Amino acid sequence: MSTLDFSTKIGSKRFNNPIFTASGCASSGQELAQFFPLTELGAIVTKSIMTKPRTGRATPRMAETPSGMLNSIGLQGPGIDAFLEKDIPWLVENKVKVIVSIAGETVDEYGVLARRLRAVAGISAVEVNISCPNVENRGQVFACHPESAIAVIEAVRRNIGGELPIVAKLSPDVTDIVAIASSVINAGVDGLALINTLLGMVIDTNTMKPKLAGKTGGLSGPAIRPVAVRAIFQVHQAFPNIPIVGMGGVSNGRDALELVLAGASAVSIGTASFSNPTAALFIKNELSALLTEKGFSDFRDAIGFAHRGV
Amino acid sequence: MSTQKINKSAMQMQAEVISNKKAGPYNHIVFAVGEMAANSRPGNFVAISIGGEASSLILRRAFAIYRATDKGVMGGSIELVIAPYGQGSKWLCSRDVGDFVDLVGPLGTSFGIPTTSANTMLIGGGYGSAPLFALAEVLKNRGCRVDMVLGASTASKIYAPLEGKRSVSSLTLTTDDGSTGLHGQISEAIPRLLREFGTEVIYSCGPMGMLAAVAKIADEFDIAHQCAVEEEMACGIGVCMTCVVPIKDPSGVKMVRACIDGPVMDGSQIIWDKKDVLDQL
Repeated sequence: MSTLDFSTKIGSKRFNNPIFTASGCASSGQELAQFFPLTELGAIVTKSIMTKPRTGRATPRMAETPSGMLNSIGLQGPGIDAFLEKDIPWLVENKVKVIVSIAGETVDEYGVLARRLRAVAGISAVEVNISCPNVENRGQVFACHPESAIAVIEAVRRNIGGELPIVAKLSPDVTDIVAIASSVINAGVDGLALINTLLGMVIDTNTMKPKLAGKTGGLSGPAIRPVAVRAIFQVHQAFPNIPIVGMGGVSNGRDALELVLAGASAVSIGTASFSNPTAALFIKNELSALLTEKGFSDFRDAIGFAHRGV
Repeated sequence: MSTQKINKSAMQMQAEVISNKKAGPYNHIVFAVGEMAANSRPGNFVAISIGGEASSLILRRAFAIYRATDKGVMGGSIELVIAPYGQGSKWLCSRDVGDFVDLVGPLGTSFGIPTTSANTMLIGGGYGSAPLFALAEVLKNRGCRVDMVLGASTASKIYAPLEGKRSVSSLTLTTDDGSTGLHGQISEAIPRLLREFGTEVIYSCGPMGMLAAVAKIADEFDIAHQCAVEEEMACGIGVCMTCVVPIKDPSGVKMVRACIDGPVMDGSQIIWDKKDVLDQL
């Protein structure tokens, strides 16, 4: 008999279990609902939404790589109006825990998005995606510069009001992720999402040209898991009280446990859902069994366990 | 859960390989899928995991369903015709009878069937002809005239099994090298055949270049054209947004998912020229 307390907290919000979807890997939930009840997961993190509808990049948008893939979507989405009108009501009506991910081209746009979300009932947290690699201008990757990362978080903080936890999604493509984490923590985030995809590229040796229409793309999948473990470990070591939503190539319970031991308070499932629609559900079950097997009765005791006595 | 329509017939299962035979350069593989077969329509596809648990190939491969049989000796089954070109399809073609694969399906849209009898033309390129035979059967049962035109680079790459031809009123073959049938590209033969047969609806399946050529002809003749598109997919279930196809929209261009809004789409709505798409992005 398992008596595991599997719940976790991000800021003021409690989640029944620590397995979430990763933004951009579950759309707005309905596509996966055919395969398992979404209420089984701790939360659905929706695909990063922008102020206006966005077409995204041309195809090819995808390249398979060893134990991974590059994506180059370019934040295609319906825009905040259609999202709030159609997607959110469906999730709320079905009692799914929702974390809304937002992305802007300017600091002001993040503020506008935060303001739109403040009045929406049924949302558990906001993920501020400041690290999407698929933008034309690297200067728009706000998470690469402490000053711009701070400016975005302050704009969100000013506009969101209330107690909705703010989670900043950071990029591993920086020299010192702890320094970026430090600046957004000082700006008032309640948690961090680590890690976004890594910027990568594939050249087709038949055409002798970049495989992706957007030339570069974000690398995800098991290939990047050690990078995620390192980033989570470093940030948790520096800020042990800041909850981290960990992600990066998790495809089974063992992988999820690895991120938890490094310091993750929750684990998001991304690319694994592409290869297996029920991945998040079985990873949740495997993680629960593994924790019990290792003698944990409270999930939270396992968070950052790898740091003890290091 | 309140009703959601996306992927509404899809199931995930361990499907047993019950037959795997060479068919020219292709493999014809039959999977036991139980009740899933009853929900499969011509045009639907399945997505299969590749390489086993330790595989470094993390993405499923999508294959159009060649035929679905809901009550066979082995229960429900589906059949695929696969060209063993890439790492994933080679792995699948090397499965033995009795092996199991992780399969999700049926996925995507299916070919729309006319409500009254109509003169239809089914155009297939290479092994893209596979899903057209099941469609031909449905159309024939609906009282439609079914003219089939199959093209490939060379004779051996035309997939046209004997039993598939039963529902067809006429069959025209074309090859780029002239090794069988009419010499030349499939699109060169189409205009004359459309006039000859008085075609009212075109169905097509094959490489995107061929579909684009057929779309242009369908537009010139003002004939309805349903095509099954090919775009690389990562998930097949609508969450990854990689397999998008550009369609006409008041705002210029709209990207729709080949796995959810396709693979069968209205050919007249697709923006076929990549340059036109780039200009509008």
